[in-house]
Amino acid sequence: MSKENKSPNEGQNLATVVVVTSGKGGVGKTTTSAAFAAGLAQRGYKTVVVDFDVGLRNLDLIMGCERRVVYDLLNVIHGEGSLNQALIKDKRQDNLFILPASQTRDKEALTFEGVRDVIADLQERFDFIVCDSPAGIEKGAMAAMYFADEALVVTNPEISSVRDSDRIIGMLASKTRRAEEELDPVEVHLVITRYDPSRVHRGDMLSAEDIQEVLAIPFLGVVPESKSVLIASNAGIPTTLCEENDAGNAYFDIVDRFLGHKLPHRFLVAPKKGILSRFFGKE
Amino acid sequence: MSLFSFFRRKEPTSASIAKERLQIIVAHGGRRPSSPEFLPQLQKDILEVVRKYIPVGEDQINLSLDRKDDCEVLELNIAIPDQTVKPPPRTRF
Repeated sequence: MSKENKSPNEGQNLATVVVVTSGKGGVGKTTTSAAFAAGLAQRGYKTVVVDFDVGLRNLDLIMGCERRVVYDLLNVIHGEGSLNQALIKDKRQDNLFILPASQTRDKEALTFEGVRDVIADLQERFDFIVCDSPAGIEKGAMAAMYFADEALVVTNPEISSVRDSDRIIGMLASKTRRAEEELDPVEVHLVITRYDPSRVHRGDMLSAEDIQEVLAIPFLGVVPESKSVLIASNAGIPTTLCEENDAGNAYFDIVDRFLGHKLPHRFLVAPKKGILSRFFGKE
Repeated sequence: MSLFSFFRRKEPTSASIAKERLQIIVAHGGRRPSSPEFLPQLQKDILEVVRKYIPVGEDQINLSLDRKDDCEVLELNIAIPDQTVKPPPRTRF
């Protein structure tokens, strides 16, 4: 397998499997999965985003399709519904599909063989499969990462999140199909979310540089702490499908860098406040 | 920032403390294996060689790999059993 290929499965025309993972909860995995998958779709790639958080699904809410869920990943694994029945086509973006997780089942119902078969099936139909991992290092998280070709490690500029990311990076290097079959290792990428450059400037927050130095993996970009993330989730629209906003722009940069484009980093320094906004406290 | 604090030597920021703490835990645990896989076998082999000359027990050998600054240090400790007589029993007055 050539390292130069952006997609490790290129040539076979199989989808690249990308896991969005972090170890720690609440850092923005689902937000990132939704925005990243929608961004890839906007760029013309046929993309499916799969929720692996069995029992606590939320991706459907962030994607705004919670009322359209009939069959889910576990129904497909256990033969109670077909993949076609479970896949939900996004109403805003033709290239985008979502495969929801089950809300009622136990995560033990997620079998490796079942996941393998579903992923193999999806690989025939899509360009990218984005796996939204649950927090933790239990079965759901391990299943989400096992078949990955690449990984987005979502990290907050906060000490416990960085440590958990380090742990997850170790698992990506040892507990995945690529590690076990001695293939090229999973390509990992660092995504830093909830970044506040003004706090970094004051020395109250770990800088993107610090985190890169500690984790020592390639860096895709930062997503600034932004009001638009909550506004987008309120409405059930991934930030990259909303009207132009800072988080969406940051995710588009991340998507483009992932696709191999060289872009200057944005959102690393706080925008300078003008005199008027200083007076009136406008953001 | 007051004029006074401007001239005072800067205290480390909380972010730099966080980074320092992370560098210690991340370099020592987590993903980088603290000891390579061959270590137990190496320990066994060394024990075998040593045993040719000196009788030592399995638990009297200790092999560890440490990181000091930029280099790794392989540390080998073998406790050689004292073959002389035991110290005299404690006498009470």
